[in-house]
Amino acid sequence: MRTLIKFLLKYYYFILFLAFEFFSVFLVIENNNYQKSSFLNSSNFISGNIYKRISNFTSYLDLKQKNEKLSTENTQLYNSLKASYKSNKISLLEIYDSTYFQQYITTSAHVINNSVNRQNNYLTIDKGKKQGVSKEMAVISPTGIVGIVKNVSNNYASIISILNTNVHISAMIKKNEYFGSLIWDGKNYRETTLKDIPNHVNINIGDTIITSGYSSIFPKGKLIGTISDFKHEKGGNFYLITVKLSTDFKKLSYVYVVGNLLKQEQKDLEKTSEND
Amino acid sequence: MIKLISRNIWRFIILVILQIVVFNNIQFSGYINPYFYVLFILLLPFETPKGLLMLSAFLLGLTIDIFSNTIGMHAAACVFMAFLRPHILQYIAPREGYESGSLPRIYYYGFNWFLKYSIILIFAHHLFLFYIEVFTFSGFLYTLSRALLSSIFTIILIIFSQYIIYRKKV
Repeated sequence: MRTLIKFLLKYYYFILFLAFEFFSVFLVIENNNYQKSSFLNSSNFISGNIYKRISNFTSYLDLKQKNEKLSTENTQLYNSLKASYKSNKISLLEIYDSTYFQQYITTSAHVINNSVNRQNNYLTIDKGKKQGVSKEMAVISPTGIVGIVKNVSNNYASIISILNTNVHISAMIKKNEYFGSLIWDGKNYRETTLKDIPNHVNINIGDTIITSGYSSIFPKGKLIGTISDFKHEKGGNFYLITVKLSTDFKKLSYVYVVGNLLKQEQKDLEKTSEND
Repeated sequence: MIKLISRNIWRFIILVILQIVVFNNIQFSGYINPYFYVLFILLLPFETPKGLLMLSAFLLGLTIDIFSNTIGMHAAACVFMAFLRPHILQYIAPREGYESGSLPRIYYYGFNWFLKYSIILIFAHHLFLFYIEVFTFSGFLYTLSRALLSSIFTIILIIFSQYIIYRKKV
């Protein structure tokens, strides 16, 4: 017993170090799984509030650019209003059409914290549970897709950006609808890679890449970017395509959170098919 | 004594705020992001009890983690740095040892001593941090170069800060 105490006293610093180190690494691994919710993140009350204050201040610095962006977007939206189209209808009878109903619901939000320089990047937005944001909703910006909602608190939500080496997104080439998965390699924040497009497909530099809509998170046809380079994977049957993102993640300020009202239905159906 | 403690608590708070507001937003070409907050561990007094040293390093890392969504990574790197600190201090001690009442600053032990001290500890911290962040040894050289360049940048910032803050006492 005495030798044990002696041993502990002699090496207590090393043992303390090991204990703290194991605890930290345990935290890293525990939270590495990006689907898992965690309490200690930037959407919790204290850090969320502090980031909101910082962002309140910094958002004044580029008000002009943001206003211009918002007004161009407004014009686009006005243009797509029903009232701005001239009707060709001859009959005056109104018919309630039940073939169309709402599938996607959109909320706008303000980015209050953002990063692009890590391997796994996250954003924080100022909308949460109370504003109808929930887990696994899609986040898009006027220029392209941004990420997926990971955690929500009452008034904030943290978003896994597509600049995250853990995220795979189902994407397709617009002109011929071949689909593959989009993975970030952790290097350049303006570029990401598209894999699993077979070699026989005809692609060119400048082709548009959009979301495929297969994942039940992103609606189909949202812009991701354009092909800037491609080569054959070594020894494989697939292309390795470099995609230039249409969104500049360093300039992100306003985003839209898009929820799929039919997601649960699709998931349940897919689950029952898997169980068979 | 109380003055020393309160001064260190203030330094903790100020460095955390500086890191999350300013230095987390600095980034050159995807390679360099300085982690200036480690200055807190460098400047703790020589007589800090080892247990307290490790605990405060852990808390520092965890605070930075909470603000940058990297739970555990900075904490692990800071704990590693705190573990190395007493050994490094012993290794680079001047011949007469450390005078009681003195602090690890340039004006007590000179520029060369401080440079050596900060290079070893900051490089160890950054190396640990960048490897735990990617959590793999594939792309070994890429990660190494990121760690190296960021360390150089952090060291330059820290040396500058020493001259700006403590210049009157030289």
